[in-house]
Amino acid sequence: MLESYFPVLLFLVVGLLVGVAPLVLGWGVGKVLGTVRPDPEKLSPYECGFEPSADARIQFDVRYYLVAILFILFDLEVAFLVPWAVVLKEIGLFGFISMMIFLAILVVGFIYEWMKGALEWE
Amino acid sequence: MIPTSLNAWVATPEIFLLCSACIVLLFDLFVSDARKQVTYLLTLLVLALTAVLTIQSLQQGLALSASGVSAARFAFNHMYVADPVADFAKLGMLLGVALVLIYGRSYAIDRGIFKGELFTLTLFSLLGMMVMASATNFLTLYVGLELLSLAIYALVALPRGNVRASEAAMKYFVLGALASGMLLYGLSMLYGATGSLDVYEVSARIAQAQFNPMLLTFGMVFVVTGIGFKLGAVPFHMWVPDVYEGSPTLLAQLIGSAPKLAAFVFVLRLLGEAMGQFGPLWGEMLKYIAILSLVIGNLAAIAQTNIKRMLAYSTISHMGFLLLGVMTHSEIGYAAAFFYAMTYVITAAASFGLIMLLSRNGFECENIADFKGLNKRSPWFAGMMLMVMFSMAGIPAFVGFFAKLSVLRALVDSGLTWLAVVAIVFSLIGAFYYLRVVKVMYFDEPEGELLAPAGELDAKLLLSLNCLLLLVLGVFPNQLLTSLSHAVNLTMAGSAGMMLQ
Amino acid sequence: MVTLTHYLVLGAILFSLSVFGIFMNRKNLIVMLMAIELMLLAVNMNFIAFSQFLGDTAGQIFVFFILTVAAAESAIGLAILVVLFRNLRSIAVEDLGTMKG
Repeated sequence: MLESYFPVLLFLVVGLLVGVAPLVLGWGVGKVLGTVRPDPEKLSPYECGFEPSADARIQFDVRYYLVAILFILFDLEVAFLVPWAVVLKEIGLFGFISMMIFLAILVVGFIYEWMKGALEWE
Repeated sequence: MIPTSLNAWVATPEIFLLCSACIVLLFDLFVSDARKQVTYLLTLLVLALTAVLTIQSLQQGLALSASGVSAARFAFNHMYVADPVADFAKLGMLLGVALVLIYGRSYAIDRGIFKGELFTLTLFSLLGMMVMASATNFLTLYVGLELLSLAIYALVALPRGNVRASEAAMKYFVLGALASGMLLYGLSMLYGATGSLDVYEVSARIAQAQFNPMLLTFGMVFVVTGIGFKLGAVPFHMWVPDVYEGSPTLLAQLIGSAPKLAAFVFVLRLLGEAMGQFGPLWGEMLKYIAILSLVIGNLAAIAQTNIKRMLAYSTISHMGFLLLGVMTHSEIGYAAAFFYAMTYVITAAASFGLIMLLSRNGFECENIADFKGLNKRSPWFAGMMLMVMFSMAGIPAFVGFFAKLSVLRALVDSGLTWLAVVAIVFSLIGAFYYLRVVKVMYFDEPEGELLAPAGELDAKLLLSLNCLLLLVLGVFPNQLLTSLSHAVNLTMAGSAGMMLQ
Repeated sequence: MVTLTHYLVLGAILFSLSVFGIFMNRKNLIVMLMAIELMLLAVNMNFIAFSQFLGDTAGQIFVFFILTVAAAESAIGLAILVVLFRNLRSIAVEDLGTMKG
């Protein structure tokens, strides 16, 4: 019975290799071929020939994340709308009503976020 | 073109719950923060009405089976089924969720999480569980599971200023998402092996040997791994203690009670029904997971000083027991596991409810030392805690004993007496840490000021009833056990009948 | 000729990379979210390949649902991340250790 799991074991081993190989390769090849001779000019961030004006790692306003999150949520309904629109003629009234129910649920979510003030920037 | 097999009325409880969850969501926008009690009462009303609809569906199913017809009613093109197993499980979930809200009310108010989101997200997670219980297609199973999990991730992070809660939410999220990924990868393999997403279709194709054995083995391994993660069984248990400790007790109760029932039905449908032919194969895997869960769960619980962490390890060992029932792949085993899950919901609810009532604003009752001398402060509470601990330890006359006994009986019936012996040995080890709590309550001197338990009268009254129920069900378990095993028999007979077609 | 096996191997490679991304990554939680996303995409690859080679559209419909759920999942993940960052002032995996374990 145990031998039927052999392919799974093989999979795990290969999976392990696939996961480890890029790490080892990247590290090993760099060790063998690369040379490390840092100087201040090399270590400074590259900014089109200008002196860097500010740190490259700036913190984004958390409100960008909020907008991004809401965008992802309401963006994905298109994934359902497009195939639905393509075959709308064939699925007829039933298909139409189903999508309206789906959109109604989505609208409930939209009203909620609107009323909560998640769409206000300030 | 209206498919004749739409039958949406079969899903009335879920449709009602969905609509009312949306209504609660919108209604709450117009309720001021000081008057959230209104939303709370509305939520309880929704739960009660859903329970009524579920009971109706259950009665209908039992009446159908009594008249010789199959009790299973399908909807949405065979994606959804209402059968007695699903209906019983849903009633258990409704009870579990209602208890979370009732016990947790003053706890939530004290910690500033008594908000509209608490109620709507709880309702949505309940909806996810109910969909899981009724799903007969990999798609509906997955969507139900995700609805449950996503709502709970958000709920755990609800106390926004709390570091531990947000950390627990992050850990739960990452490992939960990993589990879903594993499960999905397994489901995709099963789909590739059999060419169908329907539970019964898959089982029929396996019976007719129209499948790719290698892909199927792969799928099974990944599905079992995913289930192990979701249940918190041992090699995949690392998230359980942190999540229980970090999340507000209210949500630890939500995570620890009702979803276990959903997970049981999930396992029943996926392994028991779809892959019933391979019972011995996945049974072997579940056996090791179950033994490890019993060993690690019980041994690690002894070392804990935090009671929520201790209960987390105890959950792990209880899940081991549940899996022991499932792994026999017999009707009696499934019935025992179902009974175990059902009674565990009530027991876990009582244990977390007690912890919440003993905590109050600014004081989190979470160390076992906080229970010192509880008997002097409040004999009634100490007595209830005693009953819960005895029931979890499996001391006779309490329901936990009977639940363990029925699993052991199923094991012996399947000729796995040695496994039953292992289970008994580790339950005895487990009894030690439950009894330690009892010892601390009755024989240790209280430390610091003597604070009486907080909480409103309704929560206290219900909690007392809950604890008494542990005793009543322990003395008269037969009614519940027979109903549950009848339901399991109907489902398994139904899926066997489906295969003959 | 690209066969089913090729797709499955690709799916498996993506899947193992993502599992490694989750377990080996000690630096940034955002990378972990990306690994989770990659895992779901690996599953999608499997479903689409099977769906194509079995001639059954159900698998592709499943992919739509996985995509939507993945979006909701990453939205919740990001939201939890923002809350965590506000409390911890860090999103390094190593800093997730206020609880024993």
